[in-house]
Amino acid sequence: MATIADIRDLRAYYITDAYGVRRTVRAVDGISLAIRRNEIYGIAGESGCGKSTLLKILLGTITPPLTVVGGSVTYTFDGMPVDMLSLSEDELRAMRWKEISYVPQGSMHVLNPVRRIRDTFRDFIGAHVRTSPRETDEMVRAYLRDLGLPDKVLGSFPHQLSGGMRQRVTIALATILSPKLILADEPTTALDVVVQRGVIQLLQEIRERERNTMVVVTHDMGVHANLTDRVAVLYAGQLVEEADTRTLFAQPRHPYTQHLIRSLPKIDDKSERVSIPGRPPALDNPPSGCRFHTRCPFAMEVCKNEVPALEQIAPSHRVACFLVSERRAEASPPAIELQA
Amino acid sequence: MTVLRDLLRFSPSFRWGAMFLLVVLVLAALSFVAPYGPTERRVVPNNRPPSATYLLGTTTLGQDVFWLMTYAVRNTLIIAGLAVLIGRSIAILLGSFAGYVGGLTDRVLSALTDTFIVIPRLPLLILISFILRGNLSFVSIAVLIGLLDWAWPSKRYRSQILSLREEEFTQTAVFSGMGRLKIILREHLPFLIPFALADMVSGFLFAIGFEITLAVLGLSDLSTPTIGTMIYWATYYQSLLARRWWWFGAPIAISILIVVAFYLISTTLSTFLDPRTRLKNIAVKAGA
Amino acid sequence: MHQPNGEPLLQIERLSRVFSIRQGLTTRRFLAVDQVSLALEQGRPEILAVVGESGSGKTTLARMILGLETPTSGRLIFKGRDVARLGPRERRAWFMKEVQPIFQDPFAAFSPLKKVESYLYETAYNLGGATRASVDDQVDHALTAVGLSLREVKGRYPNELSGGQLQRTAIARALITSPSLLVADEPVSMLDASLRMSIVNSFRDLKEQQGVSVIYITHDLATAYYAADRIAVMLRGWVVEHGTVEQVLGSPKHPYTQILKASVPEPDPSQKWQDKVALARPEAEEYMQAGCKFAGRCPFAMDICTRAVPKDLPVEGQTVKCHLYDPELPADQRRPDRPQIPLQMTS
Repeated sequence: MATIADIRDLRAYYITDAYGVRRTVRAVDGISLAIRRNEIYGIAGESGCGKSTLLKILLGTITPPLTVVGGSVTYTFDGMPVDMLSLSEDELRAMRWKEISYVPQGSMHVLNPVRRIRDTFRDFIGAHVRTSPRETDEMVRAYLRDLGLPDKVLGSFPHQLSGGMRQRVTIALATILSPKLILADEPTTALDVVVQRGVIQLLQEIRERERNTMVVVTHDMGVHANLTDRVAVLYAGQLVEEADTRTLFAQPRHPYTQHLIRSLPKIDDKSERVSIPGRPPALDNPPSGCRFHTRCPFAMEVCKNEVPALEQIAPSHRVACFLVSERRAEASPPAIELQA
Repeated sequence: MTVLRDLLRFSPSFRWGAMFLLVVLVLAALSFVAPYGPTERRVVPNNRPPSATYLLGTTTLGQDVFWLMTYAVRNTLIIAGLAVLIGRSIAILLGSFAGYVGGLTDRVLSALTDTFIVIPRLPLLILISFILRGNLSFVSIAVLIGLLDWAWPSKRYRSQILSLREEEFTQTAVFSGMGRLKIILREHLPFLIPFALADMVSGFLFAIGFEITLAVLGLSDLSTPTIGTMIYWATYYQSLLARRWWWFGAPIAISILIVVAFYLISTTLSTFLDPRTRLKNIAVKAGA
Repeated sequence: MHQPNGEPLLQIERLSRVFSIRQGLTTRRFLAVDQVSLALEQGRPEILAVVGESGSGKTTLARMILGLETPTSGRLIFKGRDVARLGPRERRAWFMKEVQPIFQDPFAAFSPLKKVESYLYETAYNLGGATRASVDDQVDHALTAVGLSLREVKGRYPNELSGGQLQRTAIARALITSPSLLVADEPVSMLDASLRMSIVNSFRDLKEQQGVSVIYITHDLATAYYAADRIAVMLRGWVVEHGTVEQVLGSPKHPYTQILKASVPEPDPSQKWQDKVALARPEAEEYMQAGCKFAGRCPFAMDICTRAVPKDLPVEGQTVKCHLYDPELPADQRRPDRPQIPLQMTS
């Protein structure tokens, strides 16, 4: 399985030192994962778990106060591995949008409100590829049509389009130059449910056509279930579980993953649902040992003192939890059910 | 007041600004221990350049420039302070009320405000001063400047209140049973304060400018020493031509000092208070 | 708390709200809420979910119920009184004690410059009849009802609390006057998915233990199903379907409800979608549509759908606004391929 991005023990902190106050927010604190070619890789986690920071690093937009303090990020686009962290700003810029592109949360901020969509596309494509405006227009029109967007979108201003349409245009903008890796940050949040479905289907279609790779960051487990091939669950800056989607939903092993899945309501099911009390820790002062131990219903003594390592418990399933590693000795899996 | 302490420690601009302001305030305070009265003349030999005995020299009328300056600074600061207080109070009251209540009240008040904005202030002040010349005390100058300086600020406060009114917490306050006036005072005014502070500083400096302008044109209470009247008398007695630079130089220098002091303090303060500028562009040592 | 004489707590009769938008020299009128009729149950508290996408009119409806907007036509009767006719004094003296809002963004609902308890105290003094002696108890009581306490919350600014805690504080504030009705506009959409359930559970508890009815406005069908007793589905100002939540979401009749239900991403990878959805047209077009507003995207659209406004028809205990269910529709107007009951759009 070819790897397109290889992250090893990445640590990235926000370090601020202003007016005598020094603060270190450990947003990404030792994350290792590999993204395979042509897969849709999901990153799940709640606010403040570090997923947006991880995306920023993948995109190469590392500006103070964000600093990478350790680890490596290696991209392999055309067979040649490239150490992303050592690239210059110019090289990064060339890489962005041609090899890697980004679909941000809140599409309104990406599209220039005072320019028509057609002009935004022209500016954008013209900056990367040498074509005439007419060729650009043709290319754009054909692409939008393929994606199911009506022609008149081109002549509109962003505010004239609905939220869902804007998001789709943003996705078109991010993918028209056929980048090899697409990073999407909460692409469906704040969208209506029908539009959300359209966006998810659009992303799937693009992956089919272009055979590219996608990383989708969202806290919505329903989106992961319907879109991704594999999912990584982040908590407080660390990777706690990673598996292919089917396995993750069928047999989540980490208590946090179980909580995430179990707390979602399903239609046709009115049984009581419970959330775990407490909230994710502040990243400038994380708990000792396993960061989830303060909220974990199964916390043991060891969990308070040591950080569990990420262990491979199945060919495509990694978990960082003492429960799992302790129980490996036993034959049976931990008795944790999905329903409350 | 940890804000001030932090600023003093970490911001050189603030330190300079604070120092200048201290100089100005000390000068004003010294006026209370001046050996000569503000209007006394021929108490020292005239037209002497700065020396050990007469720190800033003496005027043609036989006044010690240094001690005269202390009165001048004090009076100018008082005039400007009074003017700003009057002007901004009216502005906040009218602006907030118009903005929050809306409807007909707002339209009437806005029409009134617009009328005042359109009036050219300096010519009007000149006209009024000219008519009232001789009957102008420095308090009435302050009131005059203040009464003509509320219009533009009131529009700004109004627009702030307009946007605050649409905030959801205003609705929460309404459903908490709070009355309109209470909402304006307790919910909205705290947001206005940083804005008002900066606004007042600019109003203050503007008022100083007006006072000086009026005085230099001879339209003020010329017997009271202010920065402006000092410049007036200095020009009247042709100190520029006679190269007696200390008489007009001192007030000009001090007015520059005041402007710079307030500028430094207000910009460093607002930079400090704004959470975005605090953290931006702070480069970090790697491996820390 | 509830009407002893059996009248519904809240009755909405043919309520409409027209907005005039000036575009250059022309003025466009559009109906944000169009002839909506709903009623809360009589005699017992219930949670009514109002579900719809953005632009469906649900927020405008909520604002009218709260008295923040005046209806253009129709009536809103709360406990027998017409809400639009209340004077400002009556609103404070009576209405605000009975009806309280909960907003979408808890961080916007509290001023960032004030400690959160200040709003609770204000509500207690102004509307809750508190005295200096009783106010702490009253506030603490309300906070305990949502799983917090005065000790936890006192002296904190909004940014010191999490979204979940802050939203619960907002609910506590709304509960201080022991209201009969809470109008919650997207109360959990800004919270992380896993935190939503605790807030939604609070609504269920409040209904069962304190007899508070809730109008729960959301675009999230799953939490609507979980929380509510009855549900109304809105589309561009209409209520296109309403009934109990088991009926409407268990077997949706209106094609729009069917698409909505089918579009909810199930957290179950074995049930992915098979069909594609049609794109929504720009809002203005759908609002201006003659006949049925859904005709442009409805997979079962007939000829009559673009000409006549559908009636509200009872179907198996639900009320559906759709021509498909009109028994009086002449046979030649129907679709030849239309089955007796429209197909479900699930995979």
